[in-house]
Amino acid sequence: MDLRALESLPSDVERVAIDAVLGPEPAVPSASWSSAQGRRHLLLPALHAAQARVGFVSPGALGYICQRLEVAPAEGFGVASFYALFALGVRPPVALHVCDDIACKAAGVDHLIDGLTREVSASAEHAWHRSPCLGLCEQAPAALYTRAGDPPVERGLGRLTLERAIAALRTGPIAVEPAPALPQRGESGLRLLVRVGHVDPSSLDDYRAHGGYRALRRALEIGPAGVLRELADSGLLGRGGALFPTGRKWEAVARATTRPRYVVCNADESEPGTFKDRVLMEQDPYALVEAMTIAGVTVGAERGFIYLRAEYPLAAERLTHAVAQARLRGLLGDDVLGRGARFEIEIRRGAGAYVCGEETALLASIEGHRGEPRSKPPFPVEVGLFGKPTVINNVETLCNVPFIVEHGASAYRSVGTAGSPGTRLFCVSGRVEQPGVYELAMGVTLGELIARAGGVIGGGAPAAVLLGGAAGSFVGKASLDLRLSFEDTKRQGVTLGSGVVLVLDDSVPLEPILARIAAFFRDESCGQCVPCRVGTVRQEELITRLAKRQPAGSLAGELGLLRELGQVMRDASICGLGQTASSAIESAVERLGAFREGEP
Amino acid sequence: MTVRLPLAPARALELSIDGRTVSVPEGASLLDACRQLGIDVPTLCHAPNLTPVNVCRVCVVEVEGARTLVPSCSRRAEAGMVVKTDSERVRLARRLVMELLASSVDLSTAPEASSFVERFGARPDRFGPPAPAAERGERERRQPGHHAAPRPGAAETVAQPVKLDNPLFVRDLGKCMLCYKCVEACGADAQNTFAIAVAGRGFDARISTELDVPLPDSACVFCGNCIGVCPTGALMFQSEHQLRAAGQWDEAQQSQTDTVCSYCGVGCVITLHAQGGRIVKATSPHDSEVTGGHLCIKGRFGWGFVRSRD
Ligand SMILES: Cc1cc2nc3c(=O)[nH]c(=O)nc-3n(C[C@H](O)[C@H](O)[C@H](O)COP(=O)(O)O)c2cc1C
Ligand code: SF4
Ligand code: SF4
Ligand code: SF4
Ligand code: FES
Ligand code: FES
Repeated sequence: MDLRALESLPSDVERVAIDAVLGPEPAVPSASWSSAQGRRHLLLPALHAAQARVGFVSPGALGYICQRLEVAPAEGFGVASFYALFALGVRPPVALHVCDDIACKAAGVDHLIDGLTREVSASAEHAWHRSPCLGLCEQAPAALYTRAGDPPVERGLGRLTLERAIAALRTGPIAVEPAPALPQRGESGLRLLVRVGHVDPSSLDDYRAHGGYRALRRALEIGPAGVLRELADSGLLGRGGALFPTGRKWEAVARATTRPRYVVCNADESEPGTFKDRVLMEQDPYALVEAMTIAGVTVGAERGFIYLRAEYPLAAERLTHAVAQARLRGLLGDDVLGRGARFEIEIRRGAGAYVCGEETALLASIEGHRGEPRSKPPFPVEVGLFGKPTVINNVETLCNVPFIVEHGASAYRSVGTAGSPGTRLFCVSGRVEQPGVYELAMGVTLGELIARAGGVIGGGAPAAVLLGGAAGSFVGKASLDLRLSFEDTKRQGVTLGSGVVLVLDDSVPLEPILARIAAFFRDESCGQCVPCRVGTVRQEELITRLAKRQPAGSLAGELGLLRELGQVMRDASICGLGQTASSAIESAVERLGAFREGEP
Repeated sequence: MTVRLPLAPARALELSIDGRTVSVPEGASLLDACRQLGIDVPTLCHAPNLTPVNVCRVCVVEVEGARTLVPSCSRRAEAGMVVKTDSERVRLARRLVMELLASSVDLSTAPEASSFVERFGARPDRFGPPAPAAERGERERRQPGHHAAPRPGAAETVAQPVKLDNPLFVRDLGKCMLCYKCVEACGADAQNTFAIAVAGRGFDARISTELDVPLPDSACVFCGNCIGVCPTGALMFQSEHQLRAAGQWDEAQQSQTDTVCSYCGVGCVITLHAQGGRIVKATSPHDSEVTGGHLCIKGRFGWGFVRSRD
């Protein structure tokens, strides 16, 4: 076959960086090209290595990676050009990704961006870009700083000011870590956050001193059947948004007739307004490692993957360290806890794509394909990673498991409601005195939760609350009595989703927030299916017309069109992204009367 | 090429479609079941000789108990399913899908898609007048995830200049509805060349070679199988493109002759389309046992020499 690779060659530093991921080049290159090669899953790691070294993926680097992995160059390009964080043209080594998403908008980031536009001109050394939510919403406004090199520097920056943004671009970020907001430190009754703020996240011994690894021991004692029974009895529902009973998922994989099987942790956390998983991973990384190990030994998987969004460098560093320590101490590897079970964990980083949080897109992304969701059924428990049965769970879901295994299902159910047992992490951000992650029993009312976060800044009242993130819905002050449980929210036609509670007051105009949400879905659509690829564009165009009070025809006609668009995106899109792309906007129109101000 | 083995006789299952009971073999799609009843379900991205990608969503039907509509082309029939192919929800979805497509893509050489616009009463102009076409290279330069603000009062489209980078066929991606058929035909479903793939994301997603290099610099072997499957005329023979540009393309005047390609011993069936005594394009029936609709450069374009030898 007459095939051409990209003609340019990688530079020496690019080659070294790529080889560090792929291993040295073999003496005899293979001649076969096909899309189904065994090492294709290394595509993203290799692209990251190239980008982190020089700041972009050059044609030479892309060609070399495709050649090494036996991926057709057009396909490699198709994958690389899918992700926001890979630049395929020359970029300066320093980049500041400034979040202009909903919580940061509520914190006034638009002024900061105006300042950057005014004061920072394009240069060969640095560039800044706008970014969707970076998962640092409790520290809004926030940014992600990256500097390519050896070693590269990546850091999340919270409570950003114009001065600090400019200083970071010119001289690098100041050395302090963003201070974690841990408003509940020291409280009793915490389960998921019990160690957060107390335990040294780098120390396995400290984790054990705080009760770590008792659950894994117990899991090995009671065996897979015992763990599955506790999990089923606990009634644990997935915290990633879809509310699927975790026990049923694990059971299906444990009963599968094929091997190998996989455990995948969904740590993509890109729903605007969500940052709970980040806090868990940064502050208590061993808990996730232990929980995944319990999943592995229970369902008979020998390999686990953590798919972590690229914008979480600190979580990446701490998890990498935790996995290495656990392996060193026999808590991962060929003989977990000396009991003969085998389990390994690998960390894979996304590259800037919200849709990769959708489970089938996530699996495709790990496999080195474009992060395009596929139709279900079949579900990942049957056809998952590399086509094999796979448990895929959210970070928070997994972190509930050690408590359930150690203390039993009935202890777990002692808090929460009948339909929503246990506690839940709420990501409270926006115009409250103390934004942060709050662990509260399911069934707490929205008003109580906001009060726990210190109430609205300056003692005012909330004007609107976004529940569940961009894919969720707005409620007004009439809903402060709403009990935050799955059954109560469902009855009200809203969702807890990923636990987002974004509070807005009268100082934040609602319509620009709605426009940002419309832009978000347009930017993050994978582009596969017509209702979402074009529908999100049309929705944003419509919102722009409405916000400018320039409807095409009557307002009623435009709102009718918006509703039709919403219904068809919900009904006919392949995945949850398109299916929820109109949810928040429609709820604001219906419940808050958005776009009607100034109308008769 | 995939070898088609004789299938073991499948068990039959029964379901209800539009109030009628139908029995289909296990593994059949809802589309198969509808067609068995003679129900005309529209499809755009589905092709019998390609793996379903279920992206156009015009084939959706309503299945009782399902939260969303389901794509009939790829959803397997299950015993006891209760399916509606003409409910209010289905009709709205089909109409709007065609409005979205027709408002963003030039369907002037896509007869089937255009017929659906008519059939479902779609009004693509509801979204406003089309925004100006992109300049050459503009769509290719867009960075995924980076926002392009909507242009006031206009509906964004994929209109862009035609790519003329080789003597055999043109790529007019302003007509591309992103049905993925060409990618599948170039890749694992037929040609195994992988010269083209979907690149970019969202509304900027597009069919592309690596780094958008011209086709002759890519792995393309000019088999033309992508043209053979393209339902919109986005991929088109130079001969057809030029005749159309000159206003001389006239299908009513065209004859079709089936012949067996004489270049090698495989025996591919070729349909030669001639207009005014000139061969203007070559296709192969997609139900042909030998070709499955796919050819190579010689069968697809070799007739250029027929004329020169005359
Ligand atoms: C567009 C989209 C984005 C998603 N993002 C995430 C995410 O970042 N993290 C997550 O855990 N689940 C996410 N999900 C939900 C997953 O598809 C899946 O339901 C979840 O990982 C299952 O885990 P759970 O049962 O533990 O919740 C997303 C879904 C969609 C449709
Ligand atoms: S709904 Fe949107 S994100 Fe999901 S598959 Fe379709 S185009 Fe992609
Ligand atoms: S002509 Fe053949 S090789 Fe070239 S892009 Fe089309 S299908 Fe692929
Ligand atoms: S070029 Fe044609 S075949 Fe390819 S995706 Fe576009 S419309 Fe489909
Ligand atoms: S970090 Fe800006 S909205 Fe989340
Ligand atoms: S024909 Fe079924 S989705 Fe396109």
